[in-house]
Amino acid sequence: MLKVLQPGFYSTIQDYGRFGYRDYGVPVSGVMDLYSAQFANALLGNTNDAALIEMTMVGGKFQFLEPTTIVVSGAFMNPKLNDMPIEQHKLMHIHSNDVLHFAQVEQGFRTYLAIKGGFKSDVLLGSRSQYNPVTSNNTIHKGELVPYQSFSNLYGSNSKVKFDDSILKSNTLDVFKGAEFDRLSEKQKLQLENGEFKVSKYNNRMAYQLEPMVENDLEPILSAPVLPGTVQLTPNGNLIVLTRDCQTTGGYPRVLQLMESAINMLAQKTTGNTLKFRLKE
Amino acid sequence: MEYELKFSRYNEHSILIEWPAIMDENMLKDILNFKNIIEKKYIKQKVEVINAFNSILVIYNYTIDNINDEIFRLKALKFTEDDLVDSKSKLWKIPVCYDDEFGMDLNEFSKQRQLSKTEVIELHSSATYIIFFIGFLPGFLYLGGLDKKLHLDRKSTPNLNIKKGAVGIGGNQTGIYPQNSPGGWHIIGKTPVDFFNAKSSPPCVFNAGDQLKFYPISKSEFLDLEQDVKHGCFQLKPLQNA
Repeated sequence: MLKVLQPGFYSTIQDYGRFGYRDYGVPVSGVMDLYSAQFANALLGNTNDAALIEMTMVGGKFQFLEPTTIVVSGAFMNPKLNDMPIEQHKLMHIHSNDVLHFAQVEQGFRTYLAIKGGFKSDVLLGSRSQYNPVTSNNTIHKGELVPYQSFSNLYGSNSKVKFDDSILKSNTLDVFKGAEFDRLSEKQKLQLENGEFKVSKYNNRMAYQLEPMVENDLEPILSAPVLPGTVQLTPNGNLIVLTRDCQTTGGYPRVLQLMESAINMLAQKTTGNTLKFRLKE
Repeated sequence: MEYELKFSRYNEHSILIEWPAIMDENMLKDILNFKNIIEKKYIKQKVEVINAFNSILVIYNYTIDNINDEIFRLKALKFTEDDLVDSKSKLWKIPVCYDDEFGMDLNEFSKQRQLSKTEVIELHSSATYIIFFIGFLPGFLYLGGLDKKLHLDRKSTPNLNIKKGAVGIGGNQTGIYPQNSPGGWHIIGKTPVDFFNAKSSPPCVFNAGDQLKFYPISKSEFLDLEQDVKHGCFQLKPLQNA
């Protein structure tokens, strides 16, 4: 078991998503930055359904009650094991009662704690990803015990793959034209292609709202499917980038669509960070 | 009827298929037939298909190498396959209590529409609605078929805490809130029925294409049914429609 001594600002158990239930209006959820999560799971030799803990902005403090091997990946939150700084993106052997402590984020926004075999919280509708009302909570809580399988020996792959930190540093998001892109005026298109945008304070696992507004007189559309990475333009001119916990359908024009790599990059951005779109043909 | 369809790339692993931008029950049948054909032709684990009023999104669990080839394959499905969705749709009957305690906007709504409360309830519960799709929240049904006399724009100030089970009207639609949620619809009643339960399989018994009718119940019937639902003694059973 992993004992949650401090949960941090917003820490949630996530795997790669809940597939097959979008027809019932269930969001896909899953890790916000799939690149960092997959990197950590690959080092551990984990399968694709291994669940991780995703920490946001301020990390938590955890006690491991059994031995295992972990990898910390993604944003940098000054991880310390029994008060000693540890390296990220590297296999770390854990002994019983070791305490892992994260602080405020210094680069990026979301950090992953991956564990050999994955965390074994309850599976609901084929996934461990926390999303209320599918799971009873959206986040982990102080005092909670998160199950995992114990492993006495250091165990992982010999992969020498380097973590690509452009995911934390780059601010250029590769995008496709959205389904309603062609309805935009030339002026609007130019603003999207050449303008610089800032992440507003309204950013979370459902959506990131951007600034400044884009002057807009497009009418809403008949509700239509949307995906994580869909960029909507609201009637009053707000640009909203949908993220992993987003609704399955929406009624605002879909002006751009982030490529998968860009969704991961956006997941590492926070309030005030600047962004540019790069349109792929 | 043949519709002109538009196929386009949505992202690296999804293709959007669009019908004309209208809400139409006959067109819905065409959309659901196509959805069914895609689901039958592809292995379920490889492809997820979601529909809305006038479109289908085909989501693959892998990156599509050549988008034009894949679109060609989808188009070919459309014109060669003849096994269509079972024309017998289900009809669900949903109990609703229109008592003032639950339908907190019913008085104001009736005034604005210049109808009596009885007329509102009569109009709302006599229509047969069709489920176009499920979206917005887990278990939220997009229903078509609301009587024109009951159309009313959403409230300008949303209510921050609409209760699970609340039945509302917004614009040309009526719907049921499957969870507590903020929302701008006029609340005219409440149903004790669960619309989404992650622990059931499937988590929602309704499907796009099914029909639905509301029937009025008294407050005491509501309270009884609420207990039955809570203790798992209430099972919603659909009627088969010809």
